[in-house]
Amino acid sequence: MFYREAGDYKTSYAQDNQTFPIAFDRYRYYFVVAVGFALLPFVMTDYLANAILLPFLIYAIAAIGLNILVGYCGQVSLGTGGFMAVGAYTSYKLMTAFPWMDMVSVTLLSGLMTAIVGMAFGLPSLRIKGFYLAVATLAAQFFLVWLFNRVPWFFNYSASGQISAPERSMFGWAITGPAANPSVKYLFCLLFVFVLAWLARNLTRGSIGRQWMSIRDMDIAAEIIGVNPLRAKLSAFAVSSFYVGIAGSLFFTVYLGAVEVGASFGIQKSFLVLFMIIIGGLGSIFGSFAGAAFMVLLPVALTRIFADGFGWDTALARHIEFVIVGGLIMFFLIVEPHGLARLWALAKEKLRLWPFPY
Amino acid sequence: MDGQTSTVTPDGRTIGGVVMEMRNITLRFGGVIAIKDISFDVRHGEIRAIIGPNGAGKSSMLNVISGFYNPQEGEVWYKGEKRKPMKPYQVARQGIARTFQNIALFDGMTVLDNIMTGRLNHMKASILDQAIWWGRAEREEVANRQKAEEVIDFLEIQSIRKTPVGRLPYGLKKRVELARALVAEPEILLLDEPMAGMNVEEKEDMCRFILDVNDEFGTTIVLIEHDMGVVMDISDRVVVMDYGKKIGDGVPDEVRNNPDVIDAYLGVAHD
Repeated sequence: MFYREAGDYKTSYAQDNQTFPIAFDRYRYYFVVAVGFALLPFVMTDYLANAILLPFLIYAIAAIGLNILVGYCGQVSLGTGGFMAVGAYTSYKLMTAFPWMDMVSVTLLSGLMTAIVGMAFGLPSLRIKGFYLAVATLAAQFFLVWLFNRVPWFFNYSASGQISAPERSMFGWAITGPAANPSVKYLFCLLFVFVLAWLARNLTRGSIGRQWMSIRDMDIAAEIIGVNPLRAKLSAFAVSSFYVGIAGSLFFTVYLGAVEVGASFGIQKSFLVLFMIIIGGLGSIFGSFAGAAFMVLLPVALTRIFADGFGWDTALARHIEFVIVGGLIMFFLIVEPHGLARLWALAKEKLRLWPFPY
Repeated sequence: MDGQTSTVTPDGRTIGGVVMEMRNITLRFGGVIAIKDISFDVRHGEIRAIIGPNGAGKSSMLNVISGFYNPQEGEVWYKGEKRKPMKPYQVARQGIARTFQNIALFDGMTVLDNIMTGRLNHMKASILDQAIWWGRAEREEVANRQKAEEVIDFLEIQSIRKTPVGRLPYGLKKRVELARALVAEPEILLLDEPMAGMNVEEKEDMCRFILDVNDEFGTTIVLIEHDMGVVMDISDRVVVMDYGKKIGDGVPDEVRNNPDVIDAYLGVAHD
């Protein structure tokens, strides 16, 4: 009843352009942000942070990044895991080489480094499209993992070949390392998610976002009306890799603390993030969150039901879980190829008319 | 008509000097010669039609003008300067906009977004400005939205501005495509068969829009069209092509009575 534009008059183009044009949407967004920042940190537990919220937030950043490239600019990438590894290893090198550097700078610089690497691997996109580009980015995935595995300089010649994050703190609160409080880790990630999602929304609704989408929808027409394809594609690769690099950095420093590149940033990670945006919805910021939530929460929920609820063997529960997740992915692709974001949009469309559908 | 002086048409429009000139253009694809040694000029403010049977090379000519093909021989002169070989987006920045024979809209975007994309050469905010949005990017967005809305009003598509383009019927898509080209405020507007596949009413609407664009904004228009009635009615001068060669050039009445043109269209009895 109260979910509609009636009576909510827009008197300027700026108002018409806002992210949440319907007042109810806007209030719900404020509410979610308020709960995220002001309520959740006080009820945080180790389990809630490590099993659910941290992976959700970090994957959401990666999914937004990949969505900018695949969903908005239409350039398929299977190199997400490799680019996350670039972010993680840049963080590791920065943290060990410059111990005085604060974590925000470390994370941002890791993102920038990944943006540069991403642009380099984005160069083939100027000549090839679709599946062929996917294969080219797959090469990036394998090359980067190989590089971090084989060149000892990247893991500081440690015997195990692993990297582990030293303890760093900001304002007296430990962010990384075993002593870090889950609330602090959570807030640190949430801050990045909040700012990065806002920036992504601004980019995608402005001129550069329209250039990306025009390249996605019809690249020849885009070029003829004045889009420079080189600039549009490489900027998409740069921005996307920036996000993915930050996700990789947080994944290593804040979430896991120690990683082995093949296990943490292998091809499975690339597919996982790609599934997130396909299920969530290509070309939608909300879809990136929905997809990340789906892929993070569903396994956790199923494990709780099968292992804790029914008392099954954990290995069996885990296998059943794979079957169910796989089945659900297929179900979603058949029922709604445009993902959860489209379902959400349809629900909102219905709600706007409810209870008088005519 | 000589090259530089202005003339006034019977209906009161002023046609200025030559703004674009094609000099001896030859375009080959491998062994196929699509365009053979064609020269013609376009004067400021006129409606210039290119006609000819199918496969005559009309669309190729338009593609040469918009930088999509670079001819092997010949020169394109634009505003008194010889144009270097260019990419299409560079041509667009020089003030040449176009529409396509097969509609080339961005299906995943709304009508408004499509039109705003046509405005991108007027938007200068850097990617960082846009990320932060407040300030320069938002001001620019609003200013360009203003222009987009003017074009939306002009082409009478207010009611569909937030509709995704993929959902629109054919005639409206053609109109949105015209809007996208028009919003760039081009000096020269290239229209590739703007009335193809339309019914009489839609054709009349489209003619009216083309004439209004020319009249109100003073835009020079180069158009390809098959409907002879339309071409003879609205254009100031007509180029006729057949098999890649120019067989006629002049005001509609001259072209209509040109024996080569009649042969090309009606066929000729060889005895």
